[in-house]
Amino acid sequence: MKRIVIGVGNPTRGDDAAGLEVARRVRSIETHQARNGSYELIDVWEGADEVIIVDAAKSGAPPGTIHRFETDHEPLPHGVLATSTHSVGVIEAIEMARSLGRLPERVVVYGIEVSNLTPGVGLSDEVEEAVNEVVMEIDRA
Amino acid sequence: MSTEREIAVDYLARVEGEGAMYLKLRGEEVLDLKFKIFEPPRFFEAFLRGRKFSEAPDITARICGICPIAYQTSACNAMESAAGIHLTGGLRALRRLIYCGEWIESHALHVYFLHAPDFLGYDNAIQMATDFPEQVQMGLRLKKLGNQIMALVGGREIHPINIRVGGFYRVPTRKELESLVPDLEWALEAAVATASWVSGFPFPDFERDYEFVALRHPDEYAIHEGRIVSNRGLDIGVDEWADHFEESQVPWSNALHARRKDGGSYHLGPMARYSLNSGLLTPAAKQAAKAAGLGPTCTNPFRSIVVRAVEIAFACEEALRLINGYRQPETPFLAVEPRDVIGHGASEAPRGTLYHRYGVDSEGLITEAHIVPPTSQNQLSIEDDLRAYVVGRTQLSDSQLQWELEQAIRCYDPCISCATHFLDLTVERE
Repeated sequence: MKRIVIGVGNPTRGDDAAGLEVARRVRSIETHQARNGSYELIDVWEGADEVIIVDAAKSGAPPGTIHRFETDHEPLPHGVLATSTHSVGVIEAIEMARSLGRLPERVVVYGIEVSNLTPGVGLSDEVEEAVNEVVMEIDRA
Repeated sequence: MSTEREIAVDYLARVEGEGAMYLKLRGEEVLDLKFKIFEPPRFFEAFLRGRKFSEAPDITARICGICPIAYQTSACNAMESAAGIHLTGGLRALRRLIYCGEWIESHALHVYFLHAPDFLGYDNAIQMATDFPEQVQMGLRLKKLGNQIMALVGGREIHPINIRVGGFYRVPTRKELESLVPDLEWALEAAVATASWVSGFPFPDFERDYEFVALRHPDEYAIHEGRIVSNRGLDIGVDEWADHFEESQVPWSNALHARRKDGGSYHLGPMARYSLNSGLLTPAAKQAAKAAGLGPTCTNPFRSIVVRAVEIAFACEEALRLINGYRQPETPFLAVEPRDVIGHGASEAPRGTLYHRYGVDSEGLITEAHIVPPTSQNQLSIEDDLRAYVVGRTQLSDSQLQWELEQAIRCYDPCISCATHFLDLTVERE
């Protein structure tokens, strides 16, 4: 069974890099880092049985909160993941793939609640902790 | 007395950035109409002051994630023309090739994902994909190919890093470019099929007598350089832009409105380029245009989707031609050192002519920057279209009229994020 982790985010906008950091730190399976959640993700997960997508979330929950969704169980709630400046985000890519029949059998989405999105490099403490927790969870599975 | 109606769209869908529309009618009469751009201004022209001339391509590329090559090319053109340098041979071919990649990527995005849903009655491309999976897959693959060209020549597809004033940091080998050929051959066929597909869409009966403005080059369908021409006799060097066009601020837009100095709106983009330069298209693109029912010009903005598809075919064919004739340049760039000079540059962004002007001092530092993106120039034309479109259609229900007017705006593929880069913001309070 092929599993792949895709981390999505902007490396120079503080906590928005959370997903990228997860992809960088996961050791057990293939990873990919994406600057934005556009339709190109559909090609990235092509051929995988399970895709795990990690993105920044901004729902109002305390920073560091880990949201977890499985798309086969529930429709992805809009407005949780921090959206791309160019309107096509992770959710749109997933729903487009669903329409085209190109969604892997299992899709898990982690949203890590962010606090600081100002320009610059580096995660806040709460997000750093959440990133490590998600990495451990993925490596354990 | 006729009742007054207001139609307002607070947040336009399927455009880049944040815009709105407002229409007030009394019976048949348009009392007020505004295409509003409320995306915050971004002050790029101020960032550029005091920076080295060589930084302009990289800084201005950040204005847009869809058309960074347009910004880089117009900025390079300005600095190079200021220094009296003109790229030739392989360097010129690469500059044109990477721009073809941007046209393919940007046009595929608009044709398949932003515009086609309007004609087929879907709210978005995701819904459309269920019923038109083959076409949407084709659009995805075309867009990906455009990105691949940008990544191969530019180092990466979004905000490429390999472009510099005078050329490139590294030039690709012929073998590297040849790796694109099989996909480009597929893409040319796909684009021709796309032109045929979209030509069968139901288009509203609407035409306007536009002043079309675009670059023109004597030997080729202009993309990255040329003179500024119009269908009403304008024919000027890029450095004469400010003699013929002017910008002004309106309270309802964070992007400056541009107009011809004699007063009127003008129209930039695929329809303008096609109408001015269709005779210079490559053979398969010409054939695709003819088969899709286009004449030598096109004045129905809704049919711009057909012109975009034809331009995708052209960009693929042109990219193949450029790769076929490519000889790797001996040096990746020419030395360019503008000093104490004003430089002007323009190129054809997917949405229309993008004009840059820079002042550079004796140290090579930028003293002033002036960037005029196509969407801000098209604002007046968009408003003129909307005003004309309403005539004879006031009997439509509010929701139908709103839906059709939104479509009229999307014909321009407006990039609002680009348009709001400007310098001054005036806040009026009473």
